[in-house]
Amino acid sequence: MTKITIKLFRFNAQTDYLPHYDTIEMEIDERKDVVLDVLNRIKWEHDGSFTYRRSCRHGICGSCAIKVNGRTTLACKERMEDMIALFGRELTFEPVSKKRAIKDMVVDKGDFWAKYAQVKPWLEAPIDEHPKMEHIIPPEEAEKLEESDYCIQCGCCYYACPVVEVNEEYLGPAAFEKAFRFVADVRDKAKRERLEIVDRLGQGVWDCVKCFECAEACPKHIDPIGKITKLHNEIFQEGVAKSNVATRHAVGFKHSIEKHGILDEGHLVAYSEGFGVFKHLPEAFEMWKRGKIVMPWQMPKSKKLDEIRKLVKIASSVKF
Amino acid sequence: MSQALKYALYTGCTARESTPELLKSTLAVAKKLGIELVLLDEASCCGASHLQDFDDFLSLVLNARNICYAEQLELPMVTICNTCQLNTAMTKERLDSDPALRARVNEALSEVGLTYKGSVSVRHFLYALIEDYGLDRLKEHVVRPLSQLNIAPFYGCHNIRPSQLHHKMNQTHESPYVPTSLDQLIEALEGKSVDYDHKNKCCGFHVDLQAPRTSNILTGNAIIDAFDNDADLMVTPCPLCHLNLDVKQKAALKTINREAKLPILHLPQLIGLALGCTPEELGLQHNVVEVPFI
Repeated sequence: MTKITIKLFRFNAQTDYLPHYDTIEMEIDERKDVVLDVLNRIKWEHDGSFTYRRSCRHGICGSCAIKVNGRTTLACKERMEDMIALFGRELTFEPVSKKRAIKDMVVDKGDFWAKYAQVKPWLEAPIDEHPKMEHIIPPEEAEKLEESDYCIQCGCCYYACPVVEVNEEYLGPAAFEKAFRFVADVRDKAKRERLEIVDRLGQGVWDCVKCFECAEACPKHIDPIGKITKLHNEIFQEGVAKSNVATRHAVGFKHSIEKHGILDEGHLVAYSEGFGVFKHLPEAFEMWKRGKIVMPWQMPKSKKLDEIRKLVKIASSVKF
Repeated sequence: MSQALKYALYTGCTARESTPELLKSTLAVAKKLGIELVLLDEASCCGASHLQDFDDFLSLVLNARNICYAEQLELPMVTICNTCQLNTAMTKERLDSDPALRARVNEALSEVGLTYKGSVSVRHFLYALIEDYGLDRLKEHVVRPLSQLNIAPFYGCHNIRPSQLHHKMNQTHESPYVPTSLDQLIEALEGKSVDYDHKNKCCGFHVDLQAPRTSNILTGNAIIDAFDNDADLMVTPCPLCHLNLDVKQKAALKTINREAKLPILHLPQLIGLALGCTPEELGLQHNVVEVPFI
């Protein structure tokens, strides 16, 4: 048995102005217990009014996500042994989003579901209303989903995403993951429509900061950021990409590499921004004063540049 | 002591352009420690995790080519940028685990007489230093202990996430939730490492152009968290984080409506200070937020 101390977030939106934390000590069997066992025992042994969501206890219903020491965690899946190894014997349990807390661990997940709905999370296909058999796809086609159909909408990735925290429009990794699930489905007829939704600046995949928090947080190991990259690729391959600062930023790397081997930082900013480049002038001046700007005529080049140019020519697989 | 260490250094683009101080200080520290670095001047840009969004195969081929030049030298490859590390390591991992993909990439590379073999390791200089050189040995070289300084480590995403990739490339199995390597390094230089929530968070650099507000808030939050926890300075192993934290510090703090001034050092600049390198050797004159404690 192991003695642990839990700092527990307590809040009731109907009666409390601010949240507070209870401190609870208990002995657990760390080899056996998962986080959900501890939540249950808090309710059964310490305070019956403690509130949290749970249902299946098998990592399927996606109800029981909380934050343990700031890390989004599916409570029924995560072993206490691993939590103690990571954070020690003093653990803080909080809801996945403190600002969306309704009561204790229960949050208003309305933002999550509203964004999820925006990517049309269903199959768009002409349906035979009296089918003789299921509408199936062959195994090699199913593999192209790359397990994106395993998502249980627990919100672990979404509430771990730093962009969701600061940009209310941003659809977030779970919605993108779901968009990919249907974009990759051979039966689906709404590919372009979905790609147009996730291509929009502000809400779409271009606002992903590439921090990989979603990949770490996903209890089903679906790798949402991997799916976000695939959506970027599809946006170009399907001709959905419009010329804007984000798409030119991605394409600009190719132009630079072809010209210099290494990146021409100044040119990349100018090419991506177009006329918008002028807003960077104060910053550029600061950099110039500190010897941080390489002038075009001083631009260094990779050795064996011919080799790089040849590879760019033969290995390019996408047009824009 | 063991024989001298030698690596193939993939500098990345930033160290040759907007953060010249990173390359200078890396070379100065390596010289002090007797580590030999052979510059991979043939290497191209890694695509900075953006080229792959446009053309994944091209990105793979170019990164594989960069590794080929370290393989030709038969030297382990080190990087000094978290994002270079991510793109190079991810390429290595994908090619090493997928023979069909490797064959496709090698078919392209054969056009310029190269073959990717998968024979060298790819690590960030931070981990090469910790794993091969050792912090105990580093301690012996400290001539100017950083004992007066509260130093906030800023890890940068791509060195610690995705953790699976990190664990495959390094013996140091850093946790993305509780990373310790930079803290240990700071302590080895006799500084006091500052504990703060944002040490393993994102600076937002990759959306600087398309979503400056997001980027500024993330950078501002990290700076102010360190500042509020009494940091005298911040250190980062990533030049892209450095550009946001240093060059864009003023704009970032303005966005979150806070005032502060926090010098940001590159990892080798911090080590160099403790090893007695001169400010010129460390390129401190290039830092936008002045570094006053020399």
